[in-house]
Amino acid sequence: MQAKRTVFPNKGLPYLLLVPQLAVTLIFFIWPALQAVKSSFEREDPFGFKTTFVWFENYRRLFIDPLYLSTVSKTAIFAVSVTALSMSLSLILAVAVNRVLRTNRLYTTLLVWPYAVAPVVVGILWWFMFNPTIGIAPYMLRAVGISWNHRVDGVDAMVLIIIAASWKQISYNFLFFVAGLQSVPQSLIEAAAIDGAGPFKRFWTIVFPLLAPTTFFLLIVNINYAMFDTFGIIDATTQGGPAQATNTLVYKVYTDGFIGLNIGSSSAQSVVLMIIVIALTAIQFRYVERRIQY
Amino acid sequence: MKKLGLLLSTAMIAALAQAPQAAAQTEIAWWHAMDAELGKKLEEIATGFNESQSEFKIVPSYKGTYPETLTAAIAAFRANEQPAIVQVFEVGTGTMMAAKGAVYPVYQLMADNGEPWDPSGFLAPVTGYYSDVDGNILSMPFNSSTPIMYYNKDVFEKAGLDPETPPKTWAELETMSRQIMESGAAPCGFTSGWITWVQTENLSAIHDQPFGTLDNGFGGLETEFSFNGPVQVKHWDNLKKWADEGLFQYGGPVGGGDAPPKFYAQECAIYMNSSASRAGVINNSKEFEVGFAPLPYYDDVITEPKNSIIGGATLWALNGKDPEVYKGVAQFFTYLSQPEVQAAWHQATGYLPITNAAYDLGQEQGYYEQNPGSDIAIQQITRGTPTANSKGVRFGNLTQARTVVDEEFEAMLAGNKTAQEALDAAVERGNQILRDFQAANQ
Repeated sequence: MQAKRTVFPNKGLPYLLLVPQLAVTLIFFIWPALQAVKSSFEREDPFGFKTTFVWFENYRRLFIDPLYLSTVSKTAIFAVSVTALSMSLSLILAVAVNRVLRTNRLYTTLLVWPYAVAPVVVGILWWFMFNPTIGIAPYMLRAVGISWNHRVDGVDAMVLIIIAASWKQISYNFLFFVAGLQSVPQSLIEAAAIDGAGPFKRFWTIVFPLLAPTTFFLLIVNINYAMFDTFGIIDATTQGGPAQATNTLVYKVYTDGFIGLNIGSSSAQSVVLMIIVIALTAIQFRYVERRIQY
Repeated sequence: MKKLGLLLSTAMIAALAQAPQAAAQTEIAWWHAMDAELGKKLEEIATGFNESQSEFKIVPSYKGTYPETLTAAIAAFRANEQPAIVQVFEVGTGTMMAAKGAVYPVYQLMADNGEPWDPSGFLAPVTGYYSDVDGNILSMPFNSSTPIMYYNKDVFEKAGLDPETPPKTWAELETMSRQIMESGAAPCGFTSGWITWVQTENLSAIHDQPFGTLDNGFGGLETEFSFNGPVQVKHWDNLKKWADEGLFQYGGPVGGGDAPPKFYAQECAIYMNSSASRAGVINNSKEFEVGFAPLPYYDDVITEPKNSIIGGATLWALNGKDPEVYKGVAQFFTYLSQPEVQAAWHQATGYLPITNAAYDLGQEQGYYEQNPGSDIAIQQITRGTPTANSKGVRFGNLTQARTVVDEEFEAMLAGNKTAQEALDAAVERGNQILRDFQAANQ
């Protein structure tokens, strides 16, 4: 540890300084989370007049509901696809930009732009381009004989949200990959080149392994993003349809709780999500922060 | 100094003179879901009331779509921040009626505040839809509509059809759509908003088919869906067949947001949606002439089609405010029921005239003669004698059930299910939702 240790003369002061942060965490994170746990064991009418304690009924119903289970697999397909697509594309872009000497700043700036776009705006953008009635993409696809209608075809709809969500995440991954590539020691690459390794060989045997910490970190961040941070994109493009083909776990919490007013089930789903997030975070801390080293 | 003192005292006197008036004015929050043209018209009504007296001030605020407004009001109620008046769409009626502690029934509100209240003045289908089992109206009818058919007269002419003879039956609609497509007059025959409301709920009512047991849910919380009957299956089956052929284009779930542009862009020649779409249709069809007609029916199922059922919304008074506020709410509702206010709203928006007096006023003004087709909706909803199947539908959590219907319709269009399988699945999943509602409200 290089950080300087600060010693407080007064024992109460550090706690006092922590109070605002702790208060924010308690009020905005811990308290609602406990509320969710509480209502996940209850059945309640929308207005909150009658509340019945139902033990694990909400959870039991959830896990025997084939639609919930299919939502789980849809979410998995979505998260894996978004992660794979956005990470591979951004790695290619990062490597390409890293090779460009003069204009790489310009490319970097341009490639980071999409990250500044709000998720809902991203959704609307793609919704507009792929709208079966007025969009330009279905019009061009029709010319090559592909009939695009994500209003009816579940696969089309899934492809649409994967593209939209990946497009937005590419910038973020790209930045980390560029930074990671710049920290790869040039001397190693030169040594390999002298030993006769071609560009491909150099990439796979030297650069890629050295990027592992970045890649692993991004893997976790991307899965997290795809699972929990894509609500805006889905809401603005497919709203979980058609026939629930793009209903992810997070979106289902919203539709059941806020549209359907079924607070018990929605809370139970939130608790399940909470457990997944905790697990992902634990993995990140245990493995990313400690195990992977140069 | 002297000058300043004088100035100050003048200002204070002025402030004092204004203060009593400002303090006495009671503000009444009104949450609604009307945007664009409809929202502007709604605000005019509020302004009209505010200017008609000085004691109360109605403050309308737009809260998003119907489901969003309902959710916002419920969340606000739980936090004790509810508005005095909230506009709730017909689908939320079951939910609101079950929330006995949350709502202040309008008939009681009017009686408590000594305002005139005469339910017989309202159109019969409206009263029927919003009354409880004892025949009391619980919420103030405001904007009610019913689906009708809009068609493009120019395309009809181009296809060699008579622009003054719209299709009356589904069989005619099919032949005409095919002729329109084959002649190249338009790439698609027809599209529709609200698959749930128009092509399922209204279809059932018009053909006198039950949508659910216990009088379509009016009889109690034990009701079950039953809209997987032969007529509904036949119709969905046709829609799938026509969609494959290109005669019918799907406009998307819930309200069917993609349907109107298809009609406006002259892609589809016929468009079925709420009578309240009238203002939008007229605004967006500057390049062609629009015709209006009742919804088609199957003449091999019923020779005299029944009335269609209403959609739209009513105004609910929520509990937990001062008596003073409710006095204002009652006065506002009286203002709203005036024939002049009702007729102006009806004529500007395409919603039904809620009271018989407003309809009579429109006739006196010669409005229906000057605007052909503007009375299609009211004729369609008042035709024949209503039966238990055409009185309306009342189910708790109907928003969720409608989502299920949309999903199953999409599964059928995608070819994953037949019409029968899709409707069976919708009924089964819908019944689960009804049981949840029953369990939460008993």
